[in-house]
Amino acid sequence: MSDVLGTYQQRLLDTFGGSTTEHAGETTVILPAARMLDAARMIHDELGFDFLACITAVDYWPQENPRFHVAYVFRSLGQTLTLQVRAPVSGIEPSLPSIESVYRNANWQEREVYDMFGIRFEGHPDLRRILMPADWVGHPQRKDYPLGYEEPQYSFNFDEIRARKPAPKE
Amino acid sequence: MTQIQEVTLDEIRHLVSERALTGETMLLNMGPQHPSTHGVLRLLLELDGETIVNCIPDIGYLHTGIEKNMEAKTYQKAEVMTDRMDYMNTVGNNFTYCLAIEKLVGLDVPPRAQAIRVILAELTRIQSHLVWLGTAALDVAAMSVFLYCFREREMILDIMELVSGQRMMTTYIRPGGVWRDVPVEFEAAVREFLKIIPRRIDEYESMLTKNPLFLDRTVGIGKISAEEAINWGLTGATLRASGPDYDVRKFAPYSGYEQYDFDIPTRTEGDVYARYLLHIEEMRQSIRIIQQALDKMPLGPVRSNNYKFVPPPRSEIGTSMEALIHHFKLWTEGFNAPKGSVYVATESPRGELGCFLEGDGGPKPYRVHFRAPSFDNLQVLPKLAKGHFVADLVAIIGSIDIVLGDIDR
Repeated sequence: MSDVLGTYQQRLLDTFGGSTTEHAGETTVILPAARMLDAARMIHDELGFDFLACITAVDYWPQENPRFHVAYVFRSLGQTLTLQVRAPVSGIEPSLPSIESVYRNANWQEREVYDMFGIRFEGHPDLRRILMPADWVGHPQRKDYPLGYEEPQYSFNFDEIRARKPAPKE
Repeated sequence: MTQIQEVTLDEIRHLVSERALTGETMLLNMGPQHPSTHGVLRLLLELDGETIVNCIPDIGYLHTGIEKNMEAKTYQKAEVMTDRMDYMNTVGNNFTYCLAIEKLVGLDVPPRAQAIRVILAELTRIQSHLVWLGTAALDVAAMSVFLYCFREREMILDIMELVSGQRMMTTYIRPGGVWRDVPVEFEAAVREFLKIIPRRIDEYESMLTKNPLFLDRTVGIGKISAEEAINWGLTGATLRASGPDYDVRKFAPYSGYEQYDFDIPTRTEGDVYARYLLHIEEMRQSIRIIQQALDKMPLGPVRSNNYKFVPPPRSEIGTSMEALIHHFKLWTEGFNAPKGSVYVATESPRGELGCFLEGDGGPKPYRVHFRAPSFDNLQVLPKLAKGHFVADLVAIIGSIDIVLGDIDR
């Protein structure tokens, strides 16, 4: 880990509070979810991380608070640095601010997280499902969502099988 | 039968202009089976005559829940699914996933395996670019290039079959190395290919680069500036056509890319034609890399000898009790990866292919997420398409090099 990155991480911690975690030589900064938009502005404007590589989430069910971690990977193309940030989100009505206004490609990435985990991004201009059909019930990547091995439903026995199928929690 | 919910205009009201609501402009559905959409992409177009006012991509038709399914399989078994994501970059997907596992558990890869990985990844890049070139040219009605490109692609698929027994879904790269050493014919086959391909690339160029019809369809179409391209998260040739020289192979070298001498071609125009030129140039750079990797390919093992993660060779299983136990444990339980998460990226033919992998101490990945380059590259389509004709949209979709299997996963 370069020293510059360490200074940046320390600045983020000083401004927003939080903690760090480390694995395989990579330090991840854990920031409060409610201030994610401010943090993203600082990361983009002041620290110079101009490129958002990836937004995803991890579900730690049955742990409820925080149940989710939303993980961000920022890159600075000029400084050749990669910054990893996580924001813990509660399992009850999970939501955090959208960073779409800072990084445009967060639009679809956040939609995918919303679709897969049911985490709402406040201030997102177009928060619809993206991969699943619009009328889908449940969020497939949650750990309490059943995974396959279910009877296939056909038009003639759809309701019959649905009645005994494990139901996802909304 | 459950009710089918229809998407009404209300839900997308914020995405179309006022004029669509009064019926002044027309909403037209394009896809999901349109032959020029490179897979099952659906676009909702708002048209003013022939001009695109708004374009709303609708994806997910190829969503197969690969990330969810991988959570239910052991690390080795889940790898088979990664082939099926981006079906033009099968080796690259395995590569990314294996690099993520190796970083997560701290596994070393022998130099020979690294060189083999690089050669195969670059062959895959050429193969993918050839398909791209053929189909993108087909989109703008240059029919003949398609057949030429597929002729050379066959040679690469034959090499893949030679090393792995499979033409496309190879699963040849494994955690800790590769499945087995390359056969003796491998070097000759690759050298034969390297001898032929530069001439063939010149041939494609002679059909397109100065072709006035092709220029008319591509120059100045679908432009994007460097700042916007970075802010939109574009990667690969789509980004580099606008100026930034971001390439993961240089940004964060992996698997020994730092020892090879190659350039990252860039353009500044940021249009369809610039993306075409970059794809051609990238093929030439890949040839350079393969040449060097082949020339200095080290001898030695092709798999790590850390038998906690990598199955021991067959010859040892017959004589060593320990090897037998390792083999048995690996194929029944799998190996345990520590708690923690890593993000590893490689340069796929389309851009940054990232793998976010989290382990929970058990034999199955707790969370796998792939940062698909096509996913971010497609996102910018509405911006690129605005103000162009429908026929240009087809050229733009072609130029941003999307694979729907990669987007939907």
